Amino acid sequence: MAQMTMIQAITNAMQTELKNDENVLIFGEDVGQNGGVFRATEGLQKEFGEDRVFDTPLAESGIGGMSIGLALQGFRPVPEIQFFGFVFETMDAISGQMARIRYRTGNTYNMPITVRSPFGGGVHTPELHADSLEGLMAQQPGLRVVIPSTPYDAKGLLIQSIRENDPVIFLEHMKLYRSFRAEVPEEEYTIDLGKADVKREGSDVTLVAYGAMVHSALKAAEQLEKDGVQAEVIDLRTISPVDYETIINSVEKTNRVVVIQEAQKQAGIAASVASEIQERAILHLEAPVLRVAAPDTVYPFSSAEEVWLPNHNDILDKVNKVMNF
Amino acid sequence: MKRTLENVEEQFETFQILNEDGEVVNEDAMPDLSDEDLQELMRRMVYTRILDQRSIALNRQGRLGFYAPTAGQEASQLGSHYAMEKEDFLLPGYRDVPQLIWHGLPLYQAFLFSRGHFHGNQMGETQAVPPQIIIGAQITQTAGVALGLKKRGKKNVAVTYTGDGGASQGDFYEGINFAGAFNAPAIFFVQNNRYAISVPVEKQSAAQTIAQKAVAAGIEGVQVDGMDVLAVYKATQDARERAINGEGPTLIETLTYRYGPHTMAGDDPTRYRTEEDENEWEKKDPLSRFRKFLEGKGLWSEEKENEIIENAKEEIKAAVKKADEQPKQKVTDLISIMHEELPQNLQEQMEEYKEKESK
Repeated sequence: MAQMTMIQAITNAMQTELKNDENVLIFGEDVGQNGGVFRATEGLQKEFGEDRVFDTPLAESGIGGMSIGLALQGFRPVPEIQFFGFVFETMDAISGQMARIRYRTGNTYNMPITVRSPFGGGVHTPELHADSLEGLMAQQPGLRVVIPSTPYDAKGLLIQSIRENDPVIFLEHMKLYRSFRAEVPEEEYTIDLGKADVKREGSDVTLVAYGAMVHSALKAAEQLEKDGVQAEVIDLRTISPVDYETIINSVEKTNRVVVIQEAQKQAGIAASVASEIQERAILHLEAPVLRVAAPDTVYPFSSAEEVWLPNHNDILDKVNKVMNF
Repeated sequence: MKRTLENVEEQFETFQILNEDGEVVNEDAMPDLSDEDLQELMRRMVYTRILDQRSIALNRQGRLGFYAPTAGQEASQLGSHYAMEKEDFLLPGYRDVPQLIWHGLPLYQAFLFSRGHFHGNQMGETQAVPPQIIIGAQITQTAGVALGLKKRGKKNVAVTYTGDGGASQGDFYEGINFAGAFNAPAIFFVQNNRYAISVPVEKQSAAQTIAQKAVAAGIEGVQVDGMDVLAVYKATQDARERAINGEGPTLIETLTYRYGPHTMAGDDPTRYRTEEDENEWEKKDPLSRFRKFLEGKGLWSEEKENEIIENAKEEIKAAVKKADEQPKQKVTDLISIMHEELPQNLQEQMEEYKEKESK
């Protein structure tokens, strides 16, 4: 075991897979010699060579298309999109192409591609760096979308994502990159995609969250405990497909749910989670499923992040509402 | 030297071997093709012309779906494909079904592609992907396939096609630029048939040739008479040689023409093309000029051609029948080809539809 930040755990996962499988290729803007703008690929080109870890021209669509072409030749590409706000440049390559290739070729070809990309607010980035656009990806059949919140989850989920034989969008929250260290095994391990994790057990209310909001939910849960409310915190880890079994089991116990996301209310995935809960467990609900989400504006100018981003107080408000419904 | 638009364009003069009368105007460039090769090229062009005629008729009868006519582009499509090896990888556009067929996709599957059936896209051993509908997407993917072939150490190339309109897309530029930056073995064809649906090529760009767009990527660019099968073959063969010798990608512009509409989905070319224009291009028909050339060499006859036409018609008939016999698609089929392992939501929906389908 070692103490690692999430970014170190991510580097460690890529190093593991570069070693395990000679078809794994890592490429993107500045991921080679520079080791990535966040040091996620630090040292990897030196260890594995330019043939395995390399820089590309500055063109996200080209990176997406190149990933597809390399996958058609049996490689296992792990491209990076420098910030997920730049995904619009490569939406066709991801949603219009790689997500569909197994289907459109009737299983002749598959796309074992893992698109890594940072996102998320709270670190005062310039425009279109922090936007939460996972909702766009979650609406595309053929993709799996993974968002880890801890160093341990990040490593196990990234190794598993790289090993998947279908495309995975792996979104890394910038605020979580170095905000804390945690125990991470140095040896390889995997975490199944599509499986949520109960980060805290409770019996009174279920908090469903992902990304940085998992930590806000845990903070809120601590506060709630002081008031005698036991909150169960579920970290989705994979937001497409969502693990409804874990959510419904929890809801059947607590009878109250708040779904929490950093994305705007009209974006993200909270709406579909709430909708599935009412379809599957309406008779277990003592209160409506409420959502914590950002306002439906464009992502804030950086000095307005504090008043705009959802936080643990917003969660407490909504929990109070469902508890006193 | 002072750089002018004129002296850039001078570097992209049209490469031609056969003129409209089937006479060799560039003996030095003659490709090394046997009599059998020459006859086979003609056979494929005649076959494909018939395939186009029959496809249009079948479409009108409702026995085919989406169809983008190919008549006029036989030299461009088949001359280029003839220079490919079986192990070369083909990334066709939506009009490039003939190349796919000659690369190995069975005819009945091409018909299933047209009708919209997943089996039509099951490539089997054919080194190709299905026709690309998103104009430009095939270009960046080709850069990736070519880089893959290079990394595998294969002596093969990736070949792709788009049209004159397609050369305005961002992905077109990104694809040729990536292939150039990685010195990847790719051949990019722009089949310039002068119209993107109704929009003439002059409205796509102020550039006088599309071949010169290669300059922006720092790669080789060639403009070819796309109605001259020998010139197209030779340009492709040269590009292929350069690519497998590690000399990088080539952009080839073929000047060609489609005699039919853009697609069979209601496009009417008389709305935007003049009769004069069409008559001028009829004279350039790739079949008639190559026929004259072969007849001059004593390699072609009317009987031979009729035999090919009859054979094509019979094979097309059999392929349509085979396409008819293909089992209908079920939702469970579509679910089953989404992922290697079905995610939770699809597992649930699979059960739902299995039950529906068993009723």
